[in-house]
Amino acid sequence: MNENATTTPRRNPTLNAYRTGLRRGLISTRIMLTSTSDILSTVVPIAVFIAVLLFMQRGTFEGAEVGLGAMSLPGIIAMGTLFSAVMGITGVLAMDRTNGSLLRSKSVPGGTTGYLVGEITANAILSVAQAVLVLAVGLVLFEELEFGSPDRWLLFAAVVLLGLIATLSIGAVVGALVNSPKNMGLVMLPMMGLIGISGIFYPLVALPLWLQWLAQVFPLYWFGLGMRASLLPESMVTVEVVESWRIEWVFMVLIAWTVVGLSLAPKLLSRMARRESGSALAERRRSIQQDWGV
Amino acid sequence: MADSVLGSEPVISVSGLQMRYGDKQVLAGLDLTVEAEEVVALLGPNGAGKSTTVEILEGFRVPSAGRVSVLGVDPAHGDDAWRSRLGVVLQSSNDHGKWRPRQLLGYVADFYRPYVDPWSVDELLELVGLTDQANQKLQTLSGGQRRRLDVALGVVGRPPLLFLDEPTTGFDPRAKRDFHDLVHQIGDLQGTTILLTTHDLAEAEKLASRILILAGGRIIADGSPITLTRAVSRTAEVSWLQDGQRHIHASEDATGFVRDLLAQDGETVSDLEISRATLEDAYLSIVEQFEAGEAVEGAQFEEVAP
Repeated sequence: MNENATTTPRRNPTLNAYRTGLRRGLISTRIMLTSTSDILSTVVPIAVFIAVLLFMQRGTFEGAEVGLGAMSLPGIIAMGTLFSAVMGITGVLAMDRTNGSLLRSKSVPGGTTGYLVGEITANAILSVAQAVLVLAVGLVLFEELEFGSPDRWLLFAAVVLLGLIATLSIGAVVGALVNSPKNMGLVMLPMMGLIGISGIFYPLVALPLWLQWLAQVFPLYWFGLGMRASLLPESMVTVEVVESWRIEWVFMVLIAWTVVGLSLAPKLLSRMARRESGSALAERRRSIQQDWGV
Repeated sequence: MADSVLGSEPVISVSGLQMRYGDKQVLAGLDLTVEAEEVVALLGPNGAGKSTTVEILEGFRVPSAGRVSVLGVDPAHGDDAWRSRLGVVLQSSNDHGKWRPRQLLGYVADFYRPYVDPWSVDELLELVGLTDQANQKLQTLSGGQRRRLDVALGVVGRPPLLFLDEPTTGFDPRAKRDFHDLVHQIGDLQGTTILLTTHDLAEAEKLASRILILAGGRIIADGSPITLTRAVSRTAEVSWLQDGQRHIHASEDATGFVRDLLAQDGETVSDLEISRATLEDAYLSIVEQFEAGEAVEGAQFEEVAP
């Protein structure tokens, strides 16, 4: 038998798995930042949305002092973060279950933990980078935005961080449930619907009351509201539901979604990983080949 | 080994293993023992349950019934310390396409650090012949290079037991030979026990000290390549050219027959050949017999006591 085999760990295996996972996160981030297709798929939608905002800027909502474009920019940051977190995690999990990256991780001690820590870290880094990018471009293009005081910076940072954790954990839950890249469309559609009703491109008060209630169940509206509170002049509060930024509700709803996501995600992810095997992988590939003819 | 008693126990020991998917019985009471430092090839027709068996041993699947022990642990309850002692080379892979060999190998090696000193990345890259490709994206490697990297990833944690699932499917002869040399080296270097599945009988003959044939959900033959071949056909075919004519004679004692032949008319005999049944003949005959419903006595082929 092999002399090197010992059953007593020499350093804490859990800690080691997390640390190695962080290393994976940095490698994955670097790979995404240096691959043209990944950069384009992030930058092009942002550019398109900014262009749309510039057009919208010509109009105002019920005579508000800020143009529609500037008014929507904070919501775009929230939407972008939600999109990159949920679609990013779902996409990477679906891809890596099809190309065998997850199975490879599973065959290594602590590899599943390391894989998840790594991919979530990479996604978080990129989502934050994207939010900061949109913020920077927005501040340059829309001078009505107010971002000059530390309390606004603090609010922005806190809401982005909390919103990111909430959307990442939702992304992890969705990603654990969607078992093939074929089903990504099933995630896209409800996301589009949610973006449509969450007051991103047009104030929520303009929607029928029942849709307003529905939108307020989900985190995106609150994420966007928190962003608007940190970036728009105080007078714009009149456009919001009950004419208030409702900061305490922003935090409560986002924390509630984070708690739900974080309590479900680990169980679902470990169930997903447990079911992973070579034959499951082969079956998934066969089914994709049949459908897509690749 | 931390526990010296385990040293004498088989590395893999399976009895009465059953696996059902719905009402389809894939494994029907499989028994299997692999001793330390053996290289065992698992052969069998498609759908015979090879992959299922290996996945159960790797702890990726929980069997419906039966007793399984791999390195002294039931794989269904194997923890990370147990997993650190298994090397797994899965069927064809295209994971981590944008990573580079040195990067991926270093990353995977780190997971083993709580348990062993893993291979140095550069030494291992050299062993598998990928030094020149160390910083190339995985998706640009050839099939053979990719597979050698898979083996490197499988052994980077110096596992005492290595699983190779159809390692050379789609290889050209040169890549195949390089790969076989690599497996020999790995086996010799660390005294690694290896269980491989393959469709390539020449590969099984070349690599394995023992061959198991799996059909209908159980092991129907178990023995060294030579025992299996002999058990199926004891006769060898002698062929020679005499007076411009090709003669063929099947004989159980080919050497004796040739001695007599040459003693009688040695002057006129030319182009003499003796050919024995190959492992392929043996395999096909064993599987055919089994499929025709004839009971093939597993014990008949056994060389190593269970």
